Amino acid sequence: MTRPRLATVWLGGCSGCHMSFLDTDEWLFELAAAVDLVYSPIADVKEFPLDVDVCLVEGAVANEDNAELARIVRSRSKLVVSFGDCAVSGNVTAMRNPLGDPEEILRRVYVDAPDRDGQVPRAAGIVPALLPQVRPLHQVIDVEAYVPGCPPPAARIREAIEALLAGRRPPATGESIRFG
Amino acid sequence: MPERQPTVTIAIDGIDVEAIQGETVLQCARRHQVDIPSLCFLEGLSTMGGCRLCVVEIAEDPRLRPACATTVAADMEVTTESPRLRAYRRSILELLFAEGNHVCAVCVSNGSCELQDVAVRCGMDHVRYQLQSPRRHVDASHPKYVFDPNRCILCTRCVRVCDEIEGAHVWDVAHRGHGAELVTELHRPWGESTSCTWCGKCVAACPTGSLSYQGSSVGEMRHVPNMITWLVAARERGEWTEPEARR
Repeated sequence: MTRPRLATVWLGGCSGCHMSFLDTDEWLFELAAAVDLVYSPIADVKEFPLDVDVCLVEGAVANEDNAELARIVRSRSKLVVSFGDCAVSGNVTAMRNPLGDPEEILRRVYVDAPDRDGQVPRAAGIVPALLPQVRPLHQVIDVEAYVPGCPPPAARIREAIEALLAGRRPPATGESIRFG
Repeated sequence: MPERQPTVTIAIDGIDVEAIQGETVLQCARRHQVDIPSLCFLEGLSTMGGCRLCVVEIAEDPRLRPACATTVAADMEVTTESPRLRAYRRSILELLFAEGNHVCAVCVSNGSCELQDVAVRCGMDHVRYQLQSPRRHVDASHPKYVFDPNRCILCTRCVRVCDEIEGAHVWDVAHRGHGAELVTELHRPWGESTSCTWCGKCVAACPTGSLSYQGSSVGEMRHVPNMITWLVAARERGEWTEPEARR
């Protein structure tokens, strides 16, 4: 029997969800024995592979790279999971939405705020352009399950992955779905 | 002995219970340990019936009724949990979350918020509606309190407690529909208010992180809506009046 192919992706988020994933501690040994981790910020893989069984996506869709990777994830994964509050609801990443035009925000942060020599970082092909509005993942691609939390506690992540590997959906009731 | 109040029998989720004539379905249910979710309701204040979270089904009535604003009647059959009610309650919560800017992770009330708790209870694991991301401005001009309209759900507990219990009427709802917002002193900064007594009842009553104490950081706020209920009950019982004057 082939082992399930697990991927984790980091979009517009702080990587805190991945830190919490690492907080599952010694259970990671069990996980490593049970799955092939085929793509992740903690694995040196350059390109998102084909035939992924379960993909956890941290972060909201905030820029063009996020949107492109989200579409690749969807087309190559059986189950896509919104992993953490930014992916689920936009959360802190989406707090720029009420401020409107991203160009104005960039100018405020990179030009107005510094004491001197401020400039908006631009490098075609390297620094991706911000989207007009930050979106939760499920408003960009279809998502099968949600694991809220900022970050989701390690126990909640373990519970979700164990459910997914057993062919079940992560618990969608009780404290397992608390935001924040 | 206090005079025994007249009662009727109603059924809540198939169980016959004794209801006091004149009380609401919500009050009756809570006396019998059936906790119907609610947000705008606060025992001791007038009933608004605005959030619609406490809707229940009543046999032979095709419409859903808000339990907080429906008076008990003899032989009434009330259902407080059903797939239909769960779906409506979840939709209401998702609309509340989509309408404002609710970011639990960085909110003063994270971990002790009625909106957050009721979302957990009603199974809201994501919001299906598009976020409105309105641009709203925080009023931190008051020396003791902060009003953050991003976290406001327009339950009007603050409006009612300030008007009905404190008697100051600092708060009001301005504008209508999508543009509705809470204002202090006819839309002037709270800190410039001459009618505010600094009593803090509005802060105590707030179900979310919208009203908080100056200086509160993430997760530090503890609201005490029960204090309002206790205060009103004590006032009605005359607990602060000299025994001779109570008569």
